[in-house]
Amino acid sequence: MDNNVTFQKNDLSIVLCGQAGQGIQTVEYLLTRIFKLTGYNVFATKEYMSRIRGGTNSTGIRISSGSVRASVSRIDIFVPLNQGATQHVEKRISPQTIILAEKETISDDFDQTRHKFIDVPFTKTASEIGNKIYSNVVAVGTIASLFGIKLQTVSKYVKQFFSAKSDDVIQKNLAAAKKGFNLGTHLLGPSKIKIDIRNDANVKDQILLSGTESVALGAIAGGCNFISAYPMSPSTGVLVFLAKQAKDFGIIAEQAEDEIAAMNMAIGAWYAGARAMVTTSGGGFALMTEGLSLAGMLESPIVIHLAQRPGPATGLPTRTEQADLELALYAGHGEFPRIILAPGKIEDGFYLTQKAFNLADKYQVPVFILTDQYFVDSYYNTSCLDLSDINVEKHIIKTGVDYKRYKLTENGISPRGVPGFGEGLIAVDSDEHDEAGHITEDLDLRTRMVDKRLRKCELLKNEIIPPELVGSEDYKNLVVCWGSTYNIVREAVKNLGRDDAAFLHFKQVYPLPRETINYLQKAQKTIIVENNATSQFAKLIKLHTGIDIKDKILKYSGLSFYVEELTERLDGLLN
Amino acid sequence: MDTQIFGMANLDIAWCPGCGNYPILKILKQALAELEIEPTNLVLVSGIGQAAKTPHYFKTNLFDGLHGRALPAATAIKVANPALTVIAESGDGDMYGEGGNHFIHTIRRNPDITNIVHNNMVYGLTKGQASPTSQIGFKTPVQVGGVFLEPFNPLAVAIALDAGFVARGFAGDAEQTKEIIKKAIKHKGYALVDIFQPCVSFNKFNTYEWFKKHTCYLEDSHDHSNRNEAFKQATEKEKLPLGIFYTNLDKKTFEENIGIYQENQQPLYERKLNFGKLHNLIETFKIAD
Repeated sequence: MDNNVTFQKNDLSIVLCGQAGQGIQTVEYLLTRIFKLTGYNVFATKEYMSRIRGGTNSTGIRISSGSVRASVSRIDIFVPLNQGATQHVEKRISPQTIILAEKETISDDFDQTRHKFIDVPFTKTASEIGNKIYSNVVAVGTIASLFGIKLQTVSKYVKQFFSAKSDDVIQKNLAAAKKGFNLGTHLLGPSKIKIDIRNDANVKDQILLSGTESVALGAIAGGCNFISAYPMSPSTGVLVFLAKQAKDFGIIAEQAEDEIAAMNMAIGAWYAGARAMVTTSGGGFALMTEGLSLAGMLESPIVIHLAQRPGPATGLPTRTEQADLELALYAGHGEFPRIILAPGKIEDGFYLTQKAFNLADKYQVPVFILTDQYFVDSYYNTSCLDLSDINVEKHIIKTGVDYKRYKLTENGISPRGVPGFGEGLIAVDSDEHDEAGHITEDLDLRTRMVDKRLRKCELLKNEIIPPELVGSEDYKNLVVCWGSTYNIVREAVKNLGRDDAAFLHFKQVYPLPRETINYLQKAQKTIIVENNATSQFAKLIKLHTGIDIKDKILKYSGLSFYVEELTERLDGLLN
Repeated sequence: MDTQIFGMANLDIAWCPGCGNYPILKILKQALAELEIEPTNLVLVSGIGQAAKTPHYFKTNLFDGLHGRALPAATAIKVANPALTVIAESGDGDMYGEGGNHFIHTIRRNPDITNIVHNNMVYGLTKGQASPTSQIGFKTPVQVGGVFLEPFNPLAVAIALDAGFVARGFAGDAEQTKEIIKKAIKHKGYALVDIFQPCVSFNKFNTYEWFKKHTCYLEDSHDHSNRNEAFKQATEKEKLPLGIFYTNLDKKTFEENIGIYQENQQPLYERKLNFGKLHNLIETFKIAD
């Protein structure tokens, strides 16, 4: 085969694949940081199996001169670290894919007559250092050198990453990075592979952020000082992040015995004046639904980060789906208001979660941050988060002797006091209650209390985040999406190259923005894109606007859409 | 302090005449008044059931939550504002049945709260089914052939988990039960007070007379710092002992362990976000040299 390859394009896709435990995550962590520091635009996402060792996991990294923010199917450089890795991503390997792998390790996985294969002794080199475990860091060194990155930069991040480990481990990983780096420069060499990606001056001042980090930072910015949760993929990262920051920011981060406890703790914490959240996924949230209903009755604020994964039941624990919209929408017995926000861009995770705390406190309602595995596990460089308009809005009052927690008010909001602040007594009850918060079976009062709670539904409509239209205002074809698919749809619609197509992204899905109907009526053709099997958002739109979106692009394999795949499916419906 | 400070006007109490909840309500008010605990500084947390209505007959802060879920809420209230006195109070079905998992893990977590359980060995509000503590052979409309499940032993479980304060009282003995409750409230950390009480409507077996006949106080010589001895007393079946079974005064509370109150005593509602620190944290995501 011909090993002289020049990548003329300014957008490269690298996929690394290996068993759980081979350190694929380490590779992703190190490479994304090294690329970012070098001034490249970078996007990364991972897909992994629900196991601790073995299996096959992969991470996809895009590096580009311009911004890259979505997952592509195409693989330009493929680095399999174990046998079987190739079958795992077979459909994505093309004759143009360059495969960097150790012949002995992956043995018969490749047909050398069909594949562009370059033998790189990752494992052999690692073994020379002392253990094949270092092959992931050898690969980091090799890839970095292909991009002309300085060894010094690589070493710095390797050292930092392993800083908590013993000196021996640090030294061996540094040696692995160096040997890998040399493999890249000598074995491959600029005459064989040439990569032509330019630095982007904007990257330097940007931040490299994942969906998990974005939501967790948003929680801190929202004044979150209490998180209770039970570990569940893919939601646990938010708990981990806040636990790490707990000391610095005075946050109580507690791992509860189950999701039921987590939810009831969070509601108890709000009662005593904390700003609390829970983080969970579908199955865990199912256990929280009774507590959600409690929040509805107590008129307690609560922020719920619901990171979706495919169900029903245990489903695919480490994969992605947008199939819990209806769960969030209808969870909890009885009738009470709620807000559902669904971040699209990574920074939405920050701004929406921040706002969620203020909305929850102001309206005394549950606020959902509905993400999914694709969103929480993806990251890219983006503009630095802007704190200038951020306020922690507290709506707690100091109570007087005659304070009544559930005072019947015109707008439905009863000023919220907390025990110990003022002379009033704070009584809250899961039973229907009177204005003072005591149990009642006065059925006329019951009706007034229901009306009071539901008056807030109307009030919430005054503060809806509008959908974002991207593309021509004079569109004929409108693509509708919500939540994590934002960047994928954006790139796919751009790829269509049509002046008559635009897309409309919702980051608030409930209450549905008022403008929705106008946007939809203007379109000659509307296509909904959802990462689920029953187009749950289209159903919600129909319920509230009467408009039935008939053209649907749905995916429910457990993976998010790839840009190419979505482009093709959109193209098919539009031509 | 006069118990009237906790008094409520025009009460329509939902308990049956002669219910064992009445003396417990009175005893608790007396204990709190003697300890000079202000209503504004007290939070009563309960679940669902007849016993769980106790806070509604009290002039104080209350959180009457879900069935079985009083303990997680009480834990969070205490840790969000450690200056509050927090009492989680409910029945045996609520605390040991529906809330059994929370009972176990709250003991492990050790918040400085008092857990009072009205134990009448039957479900009252749902009309007479077996509770986790119903005695073997107890017949009900559901357990038609009599209960055959081993009764839950809350004291033995609590001692096994090394709870800091484990006691049992009897609604028929106001004076001693009040003293137990006072000690439980003063105990730093989780304190369990299981209180035997009759259900006059649905438990015709475990009556006042039955409890008087089948209980006895622990001897003065009982060493409540001795865990093995406490466990032995907790598993007595011939006569059910009353009193303080076990104490462990060396345990750190949840509020102490959580680590945010060492340098700053402020409750969470008084605290403000440090924007400077947040700014610095965000800066680290620039991955600069």
